[in-house]
Amino acid sequence: MIYPAADLPLSVALAVAFFLLVGAALALIGAIGFLRLPTFYERLHAPALGTSWGIGGIMLASMIYFTVSSSRLVIHEILIGIFVTVTTPITFMLLARAALHRDRTARRDGVPRKYVGPEERPNPEDVSDAS
Amino acid sequence: MLPYPILTISLTLMWMLLNGFTLGHLILGALVAVFASWAMASLRPDKPKLNKWYLLPKLFFIVLYDVALSNIAVAWLIVRGRAKGRKAGFLTIPLEIKDRTALALLAIILTSTPGSVWLEYDSYDGSILMHVLDLEEEEQWVATIKNRYEKLLMEIFA
Repeated sequence: MIYPAADLPLSVALAVAFFLLVGAALALIGAIGFLRLPTFYERLHAPALGTSWGIGGIMLASMIYFTVSSSRLVIHEILIGIFVTVTTPITFMLLARAALHRDRTARRDGVPRKYVGPEERPNPEDVSDAS
Repeated sequence: MLPYPILTISLTLMWMLLNGFTLGHLILGALVAVFASWAMASLRPDKPKLNKWYLLPKLFFIVLYDVALSNIAVAWLIVRGRAKGRKAGFLTIPLEIKDRTALALLAIILTSTPGSVWLEYDSYDGSILMHVLDLEEEEQWVATIKNRYEKLLMEIFA
């Protein structure tokens, strides 16, 4: 049975509120950064706030709350954390490589070039001479 | 009979986490997990060679700590704006690890760390291209990744 939130001990309520607020704040800041950062590659960094400790905080809060209020161990939230962590790199990499591909095709400045195969690569000795 | 024991165990554990820790669910979950890992076996993925698996928790806590620090740094950067003279930039890092699982793990670590994104891996010269939000010291980033993560990963996946 689940107790109503008002019956929770103060210390537990404080811990739950702390983690919930930290997680929510990080997710919000991530969203703001996603909106405000100037370039695409910089914007890629912002959602990582929400997918790392943003979700971590909310997950911990949920685990503490339901473990205490139903007086049994509730930790299946950890699965959400694991799957979010394991799957976000796929999306990020896909988006980033699509952007790289576009920028390289358009020969935009400031984007590192890609050498396809050994014959296209600059001779290491030439590079060291130039630098 | 069990081509991927870790996978089977994880799937059973996941089943029980979702459905409850009872004997019935243990049997049902194990059954599902065994069939699922047979299905996985027909895809023939590389079998990760775990050498010093007991170092995994150490890596986990290091990453947890680093991610928390960079969360604060990136949140601060978004709220207060960038400090003068700092800029974002690309970074190429030569890697020594070749093991696929280790590379995947490193990709997960780097993307979960706000402030660094793994862009692409070059299998020809074994280097990664990444983008960092605060390119303070290039050498420092390279040193962090090579000394902090790569060394540990190379010990874990020999």
